[in-house]
Parts: sequence; structure tokens; C-alpha cells
Amino acid sequence: MIFIVVLVAVSVALVWRRDGTQGVLTILYSDLWLFAEILPRVLAGCLLGGFIASVLPHDKVSKSLGPNSGLKGLLIGAAFGAILPGGPFTAYPVASALLAIGADFGATIAMVVSWTLIGYGRAISWELPIMGADFTLWRILISLPMPILAGALGRFVYVRVKERFDS
Amino acid sequence: MSALLVDIVLWATVLGVGLLTFRHGRPVFQDALKRGATDFIDVAPRVAIGVIGAGFIAAIIPPEFITGSLGPDTGWFGVLMATIAGAATPGGPVIGFSLGAVALKSGAGSPQVIAYVVAWALFAFQRMILWEIPFMPARFVWFRAAVSLPFPFLAAALAMLIGKP
Repeated sequence: MIFIVVLVAVSVALVWRRDGTQGVLTILYSDLWLFAEILPRVLAGCLLGGFIASVLPHDKVSKSLGPNSGLKGLLIGAAFGAILPGGPFTAYPVASALLAIGADFGATIAMVVSWTLIGYGRAISWELPIMGADFTLWRILISLPMPILAGALGRFVYVRVKERFDS
Repeated sequence: MSALLVDIVLWATVLGVGLLTFRHGRPVFQDALKRGATDFIDVAPRVAIGVIGAGFIAAIIPPEFITGSLGPDTGWFGVLMATIAGAATPGGPVIGFSLGAVALKSGAGSPQVIAYVVAWALFAFQRMILWEIPFMPARFVWFRAAVSLPFPFLAAALAMLIGKP
């Protein structure tokens, strides 16, 4: 988060040097509007995450998506990411909730990567009309193994760096 | 119109899962509400920084950088440039896919375009700082991004291997 704040500060300074105070204010106004627009969705996402964390049985989640869930856990994570409806305002709060109640990094990575790469929502509403059916199907076919591979790689690396990572 | 539809589906889902939670009893429901509200208070300022920041970062990325890096027959260097361009593309899916479509039409190689689309899906800075970093633990986000690094290249390699659609 500190990194982001620094990056933003540098960007604001660069915009100010190029376009002056007026340029900075123009961007700020449009961003504030956007923020007001998405704030209700952020609330919805947080509530969804809260409900899911309370309703799903923690022992079952850590059994089927936890560190010892094997390939099956990665497959469940990937399948869940692919069918999850909504946008980033649902995917990330739900992923975060799963992480909090027992899913491991591997299964959560499989879910997030699957949502961005093979989630049907974005493919149908944006990629298909803009890129065409041939490209979209070809791209999805190529992407199909990636959530599992990313989850497996994540799990493989995580157990090896965990001690240093958690401290 | 589609934004309205998204909101309707979103709140209907929240309502549905909320009712499900309520059936587990009042304490569980209140606990969940409290958790959601605490998260919201925690996340909202970070989303604010993300939204405002993304606007300014987008303003300093020259558009030529992104369109220029998707040229024809650029080989593995082109795949690398396409990957960086995918991560640096500001805006939502319309902009990302439109740039990809234009690049395809103007002669960019399909392995490079697929690397671009995959990199955009995995690393688009706007989605990361607007949504992923505010909602997920920071160490998860960096770890996820690091683990995802090989995949635009793998996608390009597979695309070269199985050929154009």
C-alpha cells in the first residue's frame, strides 16, 4: 500500500508539471465521481465476503481448499473462479473470505487466475464482441491449464518460502 | 444499462446469501454484518487511493507506448513488450480488448496479442490497485503476481505451437 501511495504521488507530481493545477483537478474530479459510483459495489462485495465467511463451514473449506487438498483443491478453486458471477467487486472479497476461513494460497491463486483468465462474464460481454469468436475460443483454450498450473506453482513455492514469508 | 443490470444481479446475490446467513440464526447474521461493515470501513479508503491513483497513473502513460509495443513479427522480444503493455494498459476491458483487436488487424503477431490479453487479465495495474490490493492481503497479491509471471510467455509459446485460429 505504501508502494502504491508513492507511485500515485509521483504520478500526481508528473501530471502537475505537465498540465498544471487545472490538469490535476480535472483528473481528480472524474476519479471522485468514479469512486462515488463504485462505493456501493464495494459495500456489496464486503457484505458478500462477510456472509460467505460466516456461512461456509470452516473445516470443510480447509479440507477441500486447504494446503492438503491436492489437485482436487486446485480444480475446485479454478472451477469456482470460472463460474463466479459479477466483477472484481465480487471476486476479490469472496477470494479474501475463502483465504480467511482455510483456503491456502494455491487454491486461492487458482480461483483468482481462473476468474481473470477463463471467467465467462468478461469473455462473453467484452472479448467475444471485440476480438471475435475465433480468437476468444483459441485464447481460452490456451489459458485453460493456467489456473491449475499457477495454483500448483504457488503452492509449491509457498511451502518453501513460508517461514521467511510469514515472519 | 449493463451497469444497472450488474448492480441488480450483485445486490440480488447479496440479498440471497444474506437470507441464507439469516437462516443460520440471528447471532451468525449479526456477526457477518459486522464483519462486512468492518471490511468496508477498512477497504473504502484503499479503494479511494486506488481509484484516484489509477486516474493519475493512466494520465502519465503515453498511449503510443502501448500501441507501439504490439508490432508485427517481433518474436520473443515482442512477447515481452506485449506483456509489459498488457500490465500498463489503463481502463477497463473495452480498452484492453480494443487495443488487442486493432493490433491484430494492423498486423501484430497472434502470439504477441495473446500474450498481451493474458498479461492484461493477470496484471492490469488498474484492476490490481483498484480491487485486488484493497481487498486481498498485500502479501497474497504480490505472491500471486509473481507466480503468474511466466504465463503470458507460456500462452505465447502455446500459440506459436498450435498456430493461429
